[in-house]
Amino acid sequence: MKSRSVRIRRFKNALALICSLVAALIGLVFLIWILIEVILRGAACINWAFFTQLPVPPGEEGGGLANAMLGTVIITVVATVLGVPLGILAGTYLSEFGRNRFGDTIRFLSNIFVSAPSIVIGVFVYAILVVPLGGFSGLAGGVSLAIIMLPVVTRTTEEMLRLVPNSVREAALALGAPYWHVVWQVVYRSARAGMLTGIILAIARVSGETAPLLFTALNSPYWPEGLMEPMANLTVTIFNYAMSPYDDWQVKAWGASLLIMVAVLAMNIIARVFVHRMGK
Amino acid sequence: MSEDSRSRRHPVWVESLFKGLTCSAGGLILLLLAVMMAVLFYDAWPSIKQFKLGFLVSTNWNPVTHQFGAFTTIVGTLVSTALAMLLAVPLAGGVALFLTELSPVFLRPIFSTAIELLAAIPSIIYGMWGLFSLAPLLADHVQPWMTEHLGFIPLFQGPPMGIGMFTAGIVLAIMILPFMASVIRDVFLMTPQVLKESAYGLGATTWEVVWQVVFPYGRRGVVGGLFLGLGRAMGETMAVTFVIGNAHELSWSLFNPANTIASTLANEFTEASDKLYLAALVELGLVLFLITFIVLGLAEWWLKHSAPREKG
Repeated sequence: MKSRSVRIRRFKNALALICSLVAALIGLVFLIWILIEVILRGAACINWAFFTQLPVPPGEEGGGLANAMLGTVIITVVATVLGVPLGILAGTYLSEFGRNRFGDTIRFLSNIFVSAPSIVIGVFVYAILVVPLGGFSGLAGGVSLAIIMLPVVTRTTEEMLRLVPNSVREAALALGAPYWHVVWQVVYRSARAGMLTGIILAIARVSGETAPLLFTALNSPYWPEGLMEPMANLTVTIFNYAMSPYDDWQVKAWGASLLIMVAVLAMNIIARVFVHRMGK
Repeated sequence: MSEDSRSRRHPVWVESLFKGLTCSAGGLILLLLAVMMAVLFYDAWPSIKQFKLGFLVSTNWNPVTHQFGAFTTIVGTLVSTALAMLLAVPLAGGVALFLTELSPVFLRPIFSTAIELLAAIPSIIYGMWGLFSLAPLLADHVQPWMTEHLGFIPLFQGPPMGIGMFTAGIVLAIMILPFMASVIRDVFLMTPQVLKESAYGLGATTWEVVWQVVFPYGRRGVVGGLFLGLGRAMGETMAVTFVIGNAHELSWSLFNPANTIASTLANEFTEASDKLYLAALVELGLVLFLITFIVLGLAEWWLKHSAPREKG
């Protein structure tokens, strides 16, 4: 016969494991609920017009969010063009030269910067770009997303460059190559897949951002007319439409949510495939 | 001679340029943070000068009479975050335990990937779900039940509208759950297999291994990870703005509409008509930036100083 203490221990163990199972199930149920809700409600309004037409006033049939899709792509491209090269350079500094106090400070602060509230970055860009330039603009939206991207790309670039063994650098240096050449031709090449993964993840992260665009790019019911004008974008459209009292606008907000969610998840999956390939 | 030809093909200045370029990109991050702080401070100055420290403790927020105080929004930020942590931390711990010890081995990579993908879903999606799916459900079924059975606690009194602090806390909790679960799982995975096997060998149950070996080993990492999650939750805007109701009122009831710093900024920034109003909003942003900066800074410092022990 088993002693009492063993039974108590077994009971505690079973209780803890059941709690863990229940926690996992609760988490799973909520997350699946969200996914299904977005897919079902979003799919209901996806049609050809949704991708090709301009928005219509509430109450009218039809219309789409083509301008917002184009605007989101433009703003994200601007952010990528500004944020990625700077992030790669800064990450290179941290990995190749940054083993000093200056490097440590940058590393510490960019780790904090990665999780900094994005809405405050929107306020900052409003102050430095929107006010001096005299109005909301797609450019300001792109800059605010670039600021969010910068520390993300910096950190992943450093991590990926650190994975390149030092013996590779030493071998290239021993052949007489100067250091910048070693970094450019050897280190970047070895870390290419990892860096690309980091960049895709950074793009995925900012393409779903809403808060920093609220007071920078604003929104617009028209086609994007230039970087200096307010620019339509999907995320702010979701916010405005969801908060409106009109049913057909709310339905469109679901469609836009589905689009953003699918795009972000697709980018994440592509990035994962790259990591997988690199591992082989 | 070979020296000579080499330096002609690769002049030294290219080397310096490369180093200088990367170094200034790194410096740009420091500069950006410094400029951000300075600009926020400068733009908030009219409000700082007008209300001084009273800004932080005044509950009065009235654009018409030009009276602005941040207390309601600061409390809202802290309460919604605390509520979210209270709900998310035990769940995340359970999910991490499930992922590392319970789930069948062949399912682990699938679950882990799923959790990481869910952590990548933009917060606005959680906001949409909270507003259109969760809030009506809470209003129709959960909140009336809670008022009936737990109504003697002031926290659960009030109109069951579905929009308010309670819903915001739940949406925020669901949103940070995947992030927290994957952080805790990573820490749990750091425990050397040998330690766990020794404990199992002594006859410990799964729970005893987790509670007495895995958890003490990764405690510092778990605490750091929770603080990172806390910092993120405090600055979160969209998931909260959709469901919190944006009311500048303090209330004991979690069912009443409230606001947070981030939701106030999102709702009112483009409507701010005069200079003082805008300055007060920027000061709110500054307060949020400083609070999250301190929380995240502590988390980073803590993680950095515990790193050697974790690597063991």
